[in-house]
Amino acid sequence: MKFLSDKAVDRLRQNANAPDLSGTRYQLLERVARGGMGVVYAARDEMLDRRVALKVLDVPVADGDLACRLNREARVLARLEHPGIVPVHDVGTLADGRVFYTMKFVEGQRLDKHIEAVISLPDRLRLFLRICDAVAFAHARGVLHRDLKPANVMVGAFGEVLVMDWGLAKILREQSAGKSEEEDPEATILHVPRASDSPADRTQATHVTGQGTVLGTPGYMSPEQASGDIANVDERSDIFSLGAVLRFLYTPPGCEGNQSRAWRHDKALEAICAKAVETNSSNRYISVSDLSADVSRYLDGLPVSARKETIFDKAVRFYRRHTVAILLIAAYLVMRILLLIFSHR
Amino acid sequence: MNKILLGLLLGAVLGAVDGLTAWFTPAVRAQLVGIVIGSTIKGIVAGIAIGFFARKVQSLALGILFGLAVGFVLAFIVAQLQHGYYFEIILPGSIVGIIVGYATQRYGAAPAVSAATR
Repeated sequence: MKFLSDKAVDRLRQNANAPDLSGTRYQLLERVARGGMGVVYAARDEMLDRRVALKVLDVPVADGDLACRLNREARVLARLEHPGIVPVHDVGTLADGRVFYTMKFVEGQRLDKHIEAVISLPDRLRLFLRICDAVAFAHARGVLHRDLKPANVMVGAFGEVLVMDWGLAKILREQSAGKSEEEDPEATILHVPRASDSPADRTQATHVTGQGTVLGTPGYMSPEQASGDIANVDERSDIFSLGAVLRFLYTPPGCEGNQSRAWRHDKALEAICAKAVETNSSNRYISVSDLSADVSRYLDGLPVSARKETIFDKAVRFYRRHTVAILLIAAYLVMRILLLIFSHR
Repeated sequence: MNKILLGLLLGAVLGAVDGLTAWFTPAVRAQLVGIVIGSTIKGIVAGIAIGFFARKVQSLALGILFGLAVGFVLAFIVAQLQHGYYFEIILPGSIVGIIVGYATQRYGAAPAVSAATR
């Protein structure tokens, strides 16, 4: 008797779990990733003849909490029309009862992979600012992401930055308008990725949700979110996650203490990170716009609000900002002095 | 500050400073006022020319190169009129041109786009 290999069994399981798209306008192409509540496939929209990403629930229930969540995620995405947020195209239910929605298929890399090729710190910070733009827009529309991390940001082939996976999003405005909490259950349970998960699954699976649970990603999740302090989860929770993303961009894994880093340790940037990831949410930036403004000021060589400068710091910053002009004037003065010395000999 | 005005002011200041350094040369100290005036006018002319160039061409390298060329040519003309001190006039003049070329490209504000040209 011959046993099937684990790989073969895994492939058979994937095929068996593949959604039946008959009766829809989509044709299944391949499995792309595992999201918070289900699996993301690449599919072809036969009517418009284009590639789309199709997110479908694992469980064939159309009226359960997970189905509500997926529908809600699609609605959240639909209200967030922004170049930095992946647009949703369609939502529906498959023949087997599974809820699905389709969105733009983003061809690119996850941020954590993409930045391996981005050596320049300013380039990394500019990417960060674009993430901030998308999150600030969502906040302006009353939506919190609550699971911001490098794995949930895609960088497209043409440099477009898209914030993905809004499965844990919280709608602030609806809540304040008196919507029931059942629509947005918020107990916190951490899910430890299984050893059997693929590396791609493991980063996604850190927030696999079950009924009545809301998760985030350790290291990127704010303390109030991690402790289940629902009342205090607000825009500043996303700011904490953005601070963690900024720190990730500033200090790539494996580079701690490495002298060959492409950029030097910078107190101003450290201060921005520290302020964004303050344990006490009231000490963080008030809004994402404030955080991105500070990063912009840092990029422009201006003082940042997160750090009080000494005169020496100001002088160093002035020198860095005007290095060429200072060197040119110094060269002129040196040349003048040399001319004087030689003309008097 | 717009590029032409920045070039003009910087050229005037650096030209005047450049002229004042003649005080350290006793042989020409008596003509200091004339030298300062001449050097300031030279700086203003160079600054305006470099400012105009910076307005038309958005390139740091070309701006610096143009500044060097203008500074060199004007300083050469002045040295010719002086019949001497070529090195002492041309070298500082050229460096002042480079500084003004760099400054107008780096710090000068680009002209606002008018509604008609949008």
